[in-house]
This record gives sequence, structure tokens and C-alpha cells, in this order.
Amino acid sequence: MGSDFYRENILDHYRNPRNRGHLDDAQIRHEDLNPLCGDQIRFEVRLDERGRVEAAAFDGRGCAISQASASMLTEAVQGKSLDEIKAMDKDDVLALLGIPLSPVRLKCALLALKVLQAGIYRYEAQQAGGEA
Amino acid sequence: MATPVRPTAGSPVPPAIDPVAIRRDFPILQREIHGRRLVYLDSAATSQKPAAVIDALAGFYRHSNANVHRGIHTLAEEATEAYEGARARTAAFLGAQEDEIVFTRGATEALNLVAWGWAFHHLRPGDAILVTLMEHHSNLVPWQQVAARGGFHLKAVPLTEDGRLDREAFTRLLEAHRPRVVALTHMSNVLGTINPVAELARQARDAGAVVVVDGAQSVPHLPVDVGSLGADFLAFSAHKMLGPTGLGVLYGRRERLAEMEPLLGGGGMIRQVEVERSTWADPPQRFEAGTPPIAEAAAFTAALDYLERLGMAGVAAHERELVRYAWERLREVPGLTVYGPGPEHRGGVIAFTLEGVHPHDLAQVLDGDGVAIRAGHHCTQPLHRHLGLVATARASFYIYNDRDDVDRLLQGLERARRLLAGS
Repeated sequence: MGSDFYRENILDHYRNPRNRGHLDDAQIRHEDLNPLCGDQIRFEVRLDERGRVEAAAFDGRGCAISQASASMLTEAVQGKSLDEIKAMDKDDVLALLGIPLSPVRLKCALLALKVLQAGIYRYEAQQAGGEA
Repeated sequence: MATPVRPTAGSPVPPAIDPVAIRRDFPILQREIHGRRLVYLDSAATSQKPAAVIDALAGFYRHSNANVHRGIHTLAEEATEAYEGARARTAAFLGAQEDEIVFTRGATEALNLVAWGWAFHHLRPGDAILVTLMEHHSNLVPWQQVAARGGFHLKAVPLTEDGRLDREAFTRLLEAHRPRVVALTHMSNVLGTINPVAELARQARDAGAVVVVDGAQSVPHLPVDVGSLGADFLAFSAHKMLGPTGLGVLYGRRERLAEMEPLLGGGGMIRQVEVERSTWADPPQRFEAGTPPIAEAAAFTAALDYLERLGMAGVAAHERELVRYAWERLREVPGLTVYGPGPEHRGGVIAFTLEGVHPHDLAQVLDGDGVAIRAGHHCTQPLHRHLGLVATARASFYIYNDRDDVDRLLQGLERARRLLAGS
């Protein structure tokens, strides 16, 4: 993990984040932080009528890895079903970033996916509760 | 071994430290990281170890390994000698008596021992404990725990604008709350602030408080004499002063240790044991239940030997000079903010932020250049909240660092700025 750690695609997503902001009509909204470094991510998702991701947005602050992985994730989840997103794991995030990560930095990279998946579980619990 | 010239007795000028020669004594500092000479600027977290300490640790296991006390065989006698010898050595290093030195697993355990073994038993509900806003979590959380359990109040001394203790507020809090315990750090692990502990301790003791000093950052870097410090308790860790992990020291004034209860029961800490009750051994054994860190103590003796050969006055002078250089150079970096007081009030620790670059990214870019710094809240969340930050980057110095190391830090910062701040 030397000088090439901050590859061009990571820096690009950090400097020019995709889908940064808020969705007015999102069904899923969730926010969390990494207490170790204070990285903060808020994730919002709007679903289409088939229950697939129509739009995703994030907001937050933190290191380049956490913010770039959130930005990349908003693009990667387009058109995915909630089950498909729940099945995503660290390998999927590492594939997006294209670099190996130490355990400490892995927490930065996985924060966005963790927030998104927690938001999905909460949304599904609410839906189930509403139907019961 | 680096063999600096010893000062003549009473010489006001400490012997000069030669970091390049010292580095040769540290095997790990021969490493290259990402193709560059390792520049280790994280000694406030843990120091590196000279070969003499590593050899002493291995040497104990190779030649003398046995359990301490009670054994009547050669190895047990050698082990006991190594362990108790380390206690005598530590006492001499601090100007204390041997029976005032308790070995723990670290400064954290030492502070917990005072909180639970002394404060919990001697304070009454409604009594106050005074801490400061610059405490490491290890000198804050145990007091919160014991306060919650015993019904005590916790008050914190605020800081001045430049990150020193607010002396007026300290006096006011002493008078208003008459705290039974004043727990404060000798040197902040973030701001680098060296607190005037001798004056504060006198004031606190005059006001009826028992004074507990966190010396984790000061004892490794400054001459510390418990007589002139005037504290009741002083805690520190071996691993921050060239020694091994797993060994800490609690100095306690003899009369304070005599009235302290043990936290851990077991072998070695008793006088007499019956089925239903026991009586305690005298301090310091009362607080050292179970098999102690014997090999670590033996290695710590080698660490103290190394530091005393350099002379703590020389160590302090070296770091003062280095931190002044670093402080001046860092302030020239555009967008960089240094936290804490000017070099005249600080030890070899500098925390900073660089505009537009998260401290984690900074540490990562620097690692790519072979420069090791730390990034995060450094176990001082209340202080970081006070500063309005979640994290800072921190460079900390020791005897093996020199101006070249500071220059390498500066080069790395410039690269990080170009890479991440986009300027």
C-alpha cells in the first residue's frame, strides 16, 4: 500500500463524488458513523415499482476511502434488488476500489455498504410491521 | 551501543544525543518501508526497543526463566533477583523507595488500581473528583466508573485557548468542590502540553486532595523525581520508554499504598489464607496477585540502563530542540493547523490537521513514504470534541529522531496536499 494507494479512480470519486446529496422521495434513509475515525455516511435509496434501486444518494464526511467507496456504491447498486444488495460483501467493495486494504482501512471502505444494508433491514422491518 | 559522553557532576549542560548513532542500536529502525528508511514518529503510542532490551527479554527466557519468590533453586533465585532488581532500579530512576513501586500490566491498570483500590474505599457519596479536559481515556474512564458506582461527582478543568490548563479555573474548582482526588496528566498525548504538576500538586494537596498523575507521556521523556513532583500516585508504562509491553508502574506514596485495597486476589498478595478469609501482604506485593511480568521486568531494567546512560535531561533537551524545529516548520505549511501551546510549554508531541485532507489519508500517504505517524482521536474524545474535531494527525518524537525525520514528514505532507487537497 504505497504511493499507488490513492489510485486515480479513488481520487476521482473523492474529489468529484457521484450522487452526493439528498433524494426527496427516498424510501430508505440511514446514517451511521465509524467511531474510530468519525467517518460519517448517510445513504438514501429510491425504489422503483419492482422494488429495485431507481436512485441512490449519499452524504457524509471522512477520509478518501470512505467517501469514494460510498460514491462508487451509489453507482454500483443502480437497478439492483434489495436481496442483491444484502448479498454484497467486502469483496464487492474491494473490487470497486481496486486495491487491497489493511483491516483498519477496510472499516473505512465498508462503512457505506454497512449503512446501506442496515437501512435496507430497517426498511424491510418497517414494511413487515406495517403489513402485520 | 551509542555511548554519549557523561556530563561532569553538576554540569548544567546535558550530554548531546546523537540520533544517528542511537538508531544503530534499534534493529527495527534498520527496516525500509516502501523502499525508504523507516521514519518512526509514533513513539507516544509506543517506543521502539534497542537490541539491549530485546536481548534482555530473550536472555531471561534462555537463561533464568522460573517463577519468582518462594522457589529454592538457582533459577527461581535468579528470576526473583531480576524481578526485584527491576523494582529497585525503577525506584532509583524516580527517586522513590522500593516498596513504593507496584508493577502492573500498564499505566491503564495502574490508574484503575488507584480508582478502585484507593478512591472507591476512601471517598463518600457526594465527594468530587477533579480531572482535566486533556486526559487520555485511561485517566478519565476509570474515574467515571468509580464515580458512578460510589456516587461521586466528576469535574473537569477547562483549557486555555492555546491548550494549557486554565490555572484560574483549577483554583476555582478546587475551592468550590474541595475534590478528594485530583487526577491529571503530566503531559498531554495530543497537545504536548507539559503541565506544571509540582505547583498544581502542592495546591491540590493543600486543598485536601490526593493527587494522581498520569505519567505515561512524561516519565519516558523528562527527568521525573517523585519527591519534587509531590504527587501521591504516578502511573506509567514500560513500553513507551524503550521497554516491553505488558509492564506498567504505579508509584504510590508509602502511606497511600498502605491504605489501598487490592483489586485482584490470588497467589503472592496474601499474608495468611483461611477457607473463609485472608489477610493481605504488605505493599507492593499486596497489589501483585499471580505470576507477574518477570521477563518484562528484566527487560525494563535494560531500558532504564539505556535511558540513564543518555541522561533524562539530555533526552528532554533533545526533544525540546526537535519539537521547536518541527513546530516552526509545520506552521509554514499552507492550510496546516497545529494544536496546543508553543514549544516552550510542550514535549515532543505535535498534533495537527491539514485542510482538505482527512488525518487517515494523511497517515496513509505518509506511510507510503516510510513515515509512521498516528491518526485518530488518540483516546482523547472529550479533548477532540472541545477542539471541534473528530480526528487529528500526530507526530511524536524520541531519542532516535532528528531533523531529517521532520523534513521527511514535511515532504510527505506536501505530497499529501498535492494528492488530496487538490492544490
